[in-house]
Amino acid sequence: MDQSLLSTVGDKLKTQFGAGIISSEMIADYPVFIVNRDIIEQVVKFLYHDETLAFQYLTTLAALHYPDNKGHELGVMYQLHNLQKNYRIRLKIFFSSNDPVVPTITSVFSGANWMERQEFDFFGIIFSGHPNLKRILNVDDMNYHPMRKEYPLEDGTREDKDDRMFGR
Amino acid sequence: MSQIEKSKIEVVPSPPGIEGPGFFATRIDKAVGMARANSLWPLPFATSCCGIEFMATMASTYDLGRFGAERLSFSPRQADLLMVMGTIAKKMGPVLRQVYEQMAEPRWVLAMGACASSGGIFDTYSVLQGIDRIIPVDVYIPGCPPRPEQVLDGIMQIQKLVETESIRRRDTPEYKQMLAKYNIE
Repeated sequence: MDQSLLSTVGDKLKTQFGAGIISSEMIADYPVFIVNRDIIEQVVKFLYHDETLAFQYLTTLAALHYPDNKGHELGVMYQLHNLQKNYRIRLKIFFSSNDPVVPTITSVFSGANWMERQEFDFFGIIFSGHPNLKRILNVDDMNYHPMRKEYPLEDGTREDKDDRMFGR
Repeated sequence: MSQIEKSKIEVVPSPPGIEGPGFFATRIDKAVGMARANSLWPLPFATSCCGIEFMATMASTYDLGRFGAERLSFSPRQADLLMVMGTIAKKMGPVLRQVYEQMAEPRWVLAMGACASSGGIFDTYSVLQGIDRIIPVDVYIPGCPPRPEQVLDGIMQIQKLVETESIRRRDTPEYKQMLAKYNIE
């Protein structure tokens, strides 16, 4: 069934968007589509309104950071769900960290509002058209995006982590 | 009726003084110190597992009430002792500071557990690396989480401080200097 879902959704997307759909493949039991960043909003809207596909539930949305993938360091992953038939797919977009601008999908899913704010907070991805793009979890005066891999996880102000005392 | 043995009842000893028939004379700071130390009103600021351990400390087995501190104050304005128990995220920092600022003098602060004292295992961008970065702390209790016995020991250390401190600590230049270091009025 999953294989047929991959071809059903893949064919529909290809006829609608052509070269905008970069790749489609099965990863474990999940059909995954990599699409062009600029058309992501239209793709999500198409999948929502198409009568047979009807992906009307956004399970989650998450940002990705692969610093070694030059030119396409950052990404966003969307998981969509059809609640009537219990189908699910994953969409991915990749883009350069010098230009981290992505169209918002809040016009389709209001629930994406806080998810996109979280990814802005942690990865610095700018969702163009978002109604209220500001930090949601970290302190307002934080001046970096802590989940980007160039930043250390540690706070960096600890004084008691002296290796001489712990024999590391 | 069973009689309670007299030797089993422990009463706080009176401070050193001169006693005679019908009178007892001592220094006011000793009397005030004794009264304060044995009637602390703690404000529990519990954010995680140390708070659970504190609940055990308050319950009958360990019973903080034996030290005169069974009346918890959930308003900072009435509290004498701020007990910070648990991880304080950086976003929680200003809240903790405001609670401390609302407390009336004399006030003491107890940092319970590794997280409140130094950030503990949470050496990460979102966690305050010890509450002493934003408010002054009188006593630290180590442990992750500390056992109720350790909490009681910490409370007794606070009592010792309260008893022996001058009654108007807030007027001393050292105290003012310390608050100025934290930018607290």
